[in-house]
Amino acid sequence: MAFDPRLIHLHPTDNVVTAATALLAGAPILLGGGSVTPAESIALGFKVAARDIGIGEKIIKWGVPIGSATAPIAAGAVVHLHNMQSDYLPTFTLDGERRYVAEHH
Amino acid sequence: MSQSTTDNSPGGAMLTGFLRADGRKGIRNTIVVAYLVECAHHVSREVVYPFRERSVHLIGFGGCYPNSYSLTMMKQLCTHPNVGAVLLVSLGCEGFDRGTLHAAVAASGRPVHTLVIQQEGGTRRTIAEGQAWVERTRAALDATPRVPMAVSELIVGTVCGGSDATSGITANPAIGRAFDLLVDHDATCIFEETGELIGCEHIMAGRAATPALGDALIATVEKAARYYTVLGHGSFAPGNAEGGLTTQEEKSMGAYSKSGGATISGIIKPGDVPDTSGLFLLDVVPDGDVRFGFPNINDNAEIAELIACGSHIVLFSTGRGSVVGSAISPVIKVCANPETYRRMTDDMDVDAGRILEARGTLDEVGQEIFTQVLDVARGTATASEALAHQEFVLTYKVFEPVGPSCHPHTQGA
Repeated sequence: MAFDPRLIHLHPTDNVVTAATALLAGAPILLGGGSVTPAESIALGFKVAARDIGIGEKIIKWGVPIGSATAPIAAGAVVHLHNMQSDYLPTFTLDGERRYVAEHH
Repeated sequence: MSQSTTDNSPGGAMLTGFLRADGRKGIRNTIVVAYLVECAHHVSREVVYPFRERSVHLIGFGGCYPNSYSLTMMKQLCTHPNVGAVLLVSLGCEGFDRGTLHAAVAASGRPVHTLVIQQEGGTRRTIAEGQAWVERTRAALDATPRVPMAVSELIVGTVCGGSDATSGITANPAIGRAFDLLVDHDATCIFEETGELIGCEHIMAGRAATPALGDALIATVEKAARYYTVLGHGSFAPGNAEGGLTTQEEKSMGAYSKSGGATISGIIKPGDVPDTSGLFLLDVVPDGDVRFGFPNINDNAEIAELIACGSHIVLFSTGRGSVVGSAISPVIKVCANPETYRRMTDDMDVDAGRILEARGTLDEVGQEIFTQVLDVARGTATASEALAHQEFVLTYKVFEPVGPSCHPHTQGA
């Protein structure tokens, strides 16, 4: 599969790619089968769905599951806390007041 | 693994090395000067200073109280295949078991000499004696012939330090590719940092050579998780999510990706030399209750343990930019971040961050790291070697021997 050079496909079985640079909303990116136009900007290091991913499906990066989809994810969409979760333990982030909060789904 | 007769290095070129009495071969012929308590550190450093660019390295243990881990580490470091001779420097009243260490080095066939500062007559006389011994010994070692050495006789360790968001997507997986190439050539590879593997222990167990080893891998990571919980340090920090990492297992995979994709052949602890070729996990977290503080106080503590397990070369992944090297074994710095590489080029060996700028692929960088390993094994100086970096640190720890499931090859053989 051919990917945009600005996207890193770490392993052949991965269903997400990693942004190697900041990608702007509205600018098309090449994703394996074809071109998609992300609706949102994507920062360096963030994951992008390499294809459509169904709810409950494993998110595969480096060839291994790093969690599961909690919502349907369209090819080209950012994959992060809002649409996937750990299969292992909750992810803690800082809320607006810099307190630890667990992400629940 | 040391009897390979096939030329298994790409380009048809064999390596050469220094043959030691135990059959292992070194890629350097270093004289180690080792202080046995902090009180002997200055004298030892002064002995080394005029020779610091002639492959004379300073190591040592600062504590005055004896400890079996530190004795094991010092024995393994002083009899490492890259070491040709050893000068021990004792104050005289410290608790370190210098007689046992001296005997172990002598039994390995290496020239060894112990100077006791209190018996030599103090600082000035010990420095003069030490420098005279090093000068004579260096001249003798420089006449040592090299013998053929196969890639399969190499042991290569990996560590990451000063990581950032780029480490897990460039340098670490590229090191993993290089590890796969090395394992394909029947070399031995060692990864570690069990505290950074929390969340991927089950993934890792799936790569174990046997189910029992898989269980042992999980137990090793669970031990690390308990240890770090007591110390009050989790692994997943809020900044990780701000950098695009979503889950604990994803963060750990970034570190874990240094291990590549090969079957995991066993678990070792500091000072254990792998009993076969293949990929090994080094369990760096002490056994038993939490004692003596953090498992490894800095990157060089981890590097020293990889070297004590026989590593000829250490692959060091850095994003923010570490400058360290090490005593005894060369460190190859693989820079994950292209901005850091441009800012600190003199300190770096591999520009893995170019993957982010579409100037190379993971496979290309992995192949470059593999090629650099062979070049460094043949004698090319790494960036940190050329800059005379010879960092070393050793602290207190406690370990129990590994269980039988940790080395299935010898058990099943």
